[in-house]
Amino acid sequence: MRTDPAAPPADSAVVRDALGVGVAVGLSGFAFGVTSAGAGLGLLQTCALSLLVFTGASQFALVGALAAGGNPFTAAAGAFFLGVRNAFYGLRLSGLLGVPRAVRPLAAHWVIDETSAVALAQPDRRTARLGFTITGLTLYVLWNLTTLIGALGASALGDTDAWGLDAAGPAVFLALLAPMLSGTVERAVAGLGVLLVLLCQPVLPAGVPVLVAALAAPAVLTVHGRMTRGTEPGERR
Amino acid sequence: MTIWIAIGVTAAGCYLVKLLGLSVPAGVLERPLVRRLAALLPVALLAALTAQQTFSDGRHLLLDARAAGVGAAALALVLRAPFLVVVAVAVVVTAGVRAL
Repeated sequence: MRTDPAAPPADSAVVRDALGVGVAVGLSGFAFGVTSAGAGLGLLQTCALSLLVFTGASQFALVGALAAGGNPFTAAAGAFFLGVRNAFYGLRLSGLLGVPRAVRPLAAHWVIDETSAVALAQPDRRTARLGFTITGLTLYVLWNLTTLIGALGASALGDTDAWGLDAAGPAVFLALLAPMLSGTVERAVAGLGVLLVLLCQPVLPAGVPVLVAALAAPAVLTVHGRMTRGTEPGERR
Repeated sequence: MTIWIAIGVTAAGCYLVKLLGLSVPAGVLERPLVRRLAALLPVALLAALTAQQTFSDGRHLLLDARAAGVGAAALALVLRAPFLVVVAVAVVVTAGVRAL
């Protein structure tokens, strides 16, 4: 379909990719709406999260921690730490997109895994902007719409646990985690994180065990740093 | 009220880190150690959250139908099923085991 081979890639290809990502992930708002309502949050609270937080893993983490009886600040802390990665996407996007100062506060809200993936895959500023905008818009609209539908549906179902919907949250986390487990260090961090949270769960207040488990990242990084320094002397000096 | 406080703090915090990334000059957060830690933090948190919500009722550790559901979801991931299918498998298997 590409008529002008000198203009890579065709806008239609960028739009198609952006729409594909936006639609597929946007529909997962349904799982969030159901999980959030099942965790006892009201319709307004559930929709406020999708509208204002708009970064899926953080939203799931927050409702999970609240459902477990965590206090608002430990629950928010876990969600916040998961959101920190978006700062690093922004860092890489700011040069590529060259967002004008006036638009920055708006564009920032859409800086998430999916918009970054699409934008960073583009070769130049124009197509990166196009990919970012279309992914962001599609995802934002669909994510919020399906959150609303999911929350309404869950309230209509009554006991969401009987329908197995309490397994949606952990399944979402697992699906987000799986592609990150590419290396030995990542697997060690995940394993230690699981161990820490299960050990702390019966003895620490709700919300705190997950924060303790976050320490698996610096712990493994420190040990790994020592080991590589030991085997490859001089490499890091 | 507690829930609204948590929503407010999370929304503000998550928005500010997004804005921070777009606003700070490149190089400030580019130190290799900081980057590496930022990539590993979600791994630790997601693994912990998966385990916690699979094997706990919020207070105590327990093994119930969710473990079967999440196990089936893991299998679906290994078979490269799409995101929504993975979640659906977990829900259906959990409900199925509970109905037995």
